Amino acid sequence: MAQYEKFDYDVLVIGAGGAGLRAAIEASAANVSVGLICKSLLGKAHTVMAEGGMAAAMANVDERDNWKVHFADTMRGGQYINNYRMAQLHAQEAPSRVRELEEWGAVFDRTKDSGLISQRNFGGHKFPRLAHVGDRTGLELIRTLQDHGIHQGIEVHMEHTVASLLKDGDRVTGAVAYDRERGRFKLFQAKAVVLATGGTGRAFKITSNSWEYTGDGHALAYEAGADLIDMECIQFHPTGMVWPLSVRGILVTEGVRGEGGILRNSEGKRFMFDDIPDLYKHQTADNEEEGWRYTQNDREARRPPELLTRDHVARCIMREVRDGRGSPHGGVYLDIAWIKERLPNAEEHIKRKLPSMYHQFKQLANVDITKEVMEVGPTTHYTMGGIKVDADSQMSAVPGLFAAGECAAGLHGANRLGGNSLSDLVVFGKRAGEYAANFAQEKGSGTVDEGQVEQVINRALAPLGREGGELPYAIQAELQEKMQDLVGIVRREEEMQQVLGIVAELKERAAHVSAPGNREYNPGWHTAIDLDNLLTVSEAIALSAIERKESRGGHFREDYPDKDAAHFANVNVRVRKGEDGRMQVDQVPMAELPEDLQAIIDEESK
Amino acid sequence: MSEARFKIWRGEGEEGRFEEYSAQIDEGMVVLDAVHQIQAEKAPDLACRWNCKAGKCGSCSAEINGMPKLMCMTRMDQLPEGETITIEPMKAFPHIRDLVTDVSWNYRAKKKIKKFKPRAPDTEDGSWSMSQDDVDRVQEFRKCIECFLCQDVCHVLREHDKHEEFAGPQLMVYTAALEMHPLDVEDRREDLKEEQGIGYCNITKCCTKVCPEEITITDNAIIPLKERVVDKFYDPIGKLLKIFSSADDSSKE
Ligand SMILES: Cc1cc2nc3c(=O)[nH]c(=O)nc-3n(C[C@H](O)[C@H](O)[C@H](O)COP(=O)(O)OP(=O)(O)OC[C@H]3O[C@@H](n4cnc5c(N)ncnc54)[C@H](O)[C@@H]3O)c2cc1C
Ligand code: SF4
Ligand code: SF4
Ligand code: FES
Repeated sequence: MAQYEKFDYDVLVIGAGGAGLRAAIEASAANVSVGLICKSLLGKAHTVMAEGGMAAAMANVDERDNWKVHFADTMRGGQYINNYRMAQLHAQEAPSRVRELEEWGAVFDRTKDSGLISQRNFGGHKFPRLAHVGDRTGLELIRTLQDHGIHQGIEVHMEHTVASLLKDGDRVTGAVAYDRERGRFKLFQAKAVVLATGGTGRAFKITSNSWEYTGDGHALAYEAGADLIDMECIQFHPTGMVWPLSVRGILVTEGVRGEGGILRNSEGKRFMFDDIPDLYKHQTADNEEEGWRYTQNDREARRPPELLTRDHVARCIMREVRDGRGSPHGGVYLDIAWIKERLPNAEEHIKRKLPSMYHQFKQLANVDITKEVMEVGPTTHYTMGGIKVDADSQMSAVPGLFAAGECAAGLHGANRLGGNSLSDLVVFGKRAGEYAANFAQEKGSGTVDEGQVEQVINRALAPLGREGGELPYAIQAELQEKMQDLVGIVRREEEMQQVLGIVAELKERAAHVSAPGNREYNPGWHTAIDLDNLLTVSEAIALSAIERKESRGGHFREDYPDKDAAHFANVNVRVRKGEDGRMQVDQVPMAELPEDLQAIIDEESK
Repeated sequence: MSEARFKIWRGEGEEGRFEEYSAQIDEGMVVLDAVHQIQAEKAPDLACRWNCKAGKCGSCSAEINGMPKLMCMTRMDQLPEGETITIEPMKAFPHIRDLVTDVSWNYRAKKKIKKFKPRAPDTEDGSWSMSQDDVDRVQEFRKCIECFLCQDVCHVLREHDKHEEFAGPQLMVYTAALEMHPLDVEDRREDLKEEQGIGYCNITKCCTKVCPEEITITDNAIIPLKERVVDKFYDPIGKLLKIFSSADDSSKE
């Protein structure tokens, strides 16, 4: 018999980033018992790394902004395969969620005249909309929620990894986890479970994401019978560091471009003016002067092409590099130092607005961004796809299983706008917590099958006991390399088919890995367990990308370079576990947009 | 490419020893890269924490050549070339395994500090008006990434083991952020003296020197907090007033 400790909660929240913390706070406010589990220490989740800001149409800087404009921007950015209801709720509720953070102690940067929360420009947002704190907005968000949350009676289990969900018939009844520090197993029985596990970026080699992003929540939900949608939609952020090699992929915030940073190729040309998509022509500056004025909050100016959506900017950079106009290490140049031609104390200004970028380049690349240009290139950044949820309640197809934040799908469609994630976390984290608490109160407990628990533990322990197998690191590295090359920014049918074969082979190898050492804080063992999830999401990404035979947002196919307005504009690609245990992919028609929302979109695209 | 030699602390709890490894060093590599290379190739169970690899999360704290640092922000070319580099876990906390220590005390100690309590909003929609100058001061403290390196060097914790009596510099920074928050109306001065033990700090400034976020911990956080505590407890007029207003309070002094 496997040994394990037991816990019992009304609501179990898995993940302690912005979404999980916000869900836990909301659930505990409804007077139910709440357990919160996370793989890292509290406060270290991915959310801590977010830089640029969180989008909310508060209209503090430009009074023309309102939820309708934010809604339309989000839909346009997502190329209209978003869940419209989520986009609506998000735009409507984000301002209150931001103000609530201030009530809990967050200290955002202020506007000069009124002393309200200041808002900055970001790609795809028509008006300055991102509440921010220099370039460390995520730290402010997570710390505020953490410091508020620890006083709400939530029981936190940090450095615990959930290995599987448990079910009683259709509904979810809890989870099995192990404590990473000591390797002990725990059974968490729960009436409702909220997944808030973040993204899948570790499936790729060049990524801004940490070791945590192995798509655990996606895989847990999939195994439990939930649907995953839009898995082909991966966001490649245009500006990651490219040199030195060891920091390749680390993010350079879009805030640099928001503050006036420009992109140039090796010939010194501002190539972003060369290709402006029709959808955005009317909103984009056609000369450098106007672009600069926009970054300085001139309300009459249109945005510079550097602030077009991320998918587009990333592909333009790829084109420059491919055509031989790249920088020495395979990127292009990002220049913020040039603003000294326009601003009297530019150096001060840059350090003040972009302190952590200044620090990051100085420390890691020996580059002083107030004087020199940066070398940047695309990096895997965000997973738009994920667990399909009901827009209002965030419940998945599995009763009692909720999802919020990056691991849920719908809000961002085919491409996420910068700043829309942090607001997503608090808007839908709150909703998930609220509805999970309701569910727990209405439905009561299910029963836990101890046999299921035993199975999960035995499977998780297998790599530890096994001798002479391969190490998990090598398999992980091979997968990342193949995904990057074959299902990356530019995709082709044959290459993606190849990946399916590779994933099948790696799965076979992963089933025989060894993790030498014992159970205490053993990263080899942890990697072996996470590897299964990474393989599941890689398969889902490749299958979905093959299924969507068009290009849209983050999903770009060289063999189908255009959007397909007749068919794929109206469907989401779905992946789920078939009866035979194999992954199945199909297409589900999208709900038709209600007239009032359509009218908003039409009005805004004039 | 060159080769570098390392001595890394391996072991569990009280038991442990240095083990020697080597790693291939490329331009721009940081110590954490070398640790990962060793993990992937030679020591798959080598325990260390990390997340962001960009100095933002405060997970990868360790002592490199005896200096408390973030492994992800310490470049190999900043360390003396050709010499063996030692990497050890932080010393002010109980050891778990290899480079990982039990830092849970910091979380428990934080929970004892009274939470943020704002004044009523300035407008009906729940907004407050504050000037950038007012928020600048607390923003310095809110940069803290909870790496606990300052806790690690503070002799009160590291040598004298006063974890029960003294909350340490990191939590002084946390308290300063609350106390100097333009909206906060809570009073934490008595707790600072009695619970957080601010009196134990004798202003050696070692904490400030190691802070990767360059927070001026001693001058900007601890000293002003000490002054506030002194104002409350040792100012004769204040004391008289307090005796009149509350007999309970004065008995604690
Ligand atoms: C460098 C960078 C900069 C960014 N900048 C911005 C920005 O400026 N604006 C913006 O809006 N967005 C930004 N983003 C995106 C945004 O930060 C993330 O999408 C968002 O923080 C995700 O939050 P989350 O709550 O969904 O998940 P996370 O914050 O990633 O938290 C996931 C949690 O789940 C836990 N977890 C995962 N698997 C398991 C498991 N098996 N068992 C137990 N726990 C588990 C993890 O430990 C963690 O606690 C940025 C992202 C990066 C990487
Ligand atoms: S200044 Fe005070 S808190 Fe900082 S290290 Fe010295 S004694 Fe510790
Ligand atoms: S104050 Fe500085 S050294 Fe101390 S925990 Fe915070 S960031 Fe780390
Ligand atoms: S890994 Fe985040 S600070 Fe080093």
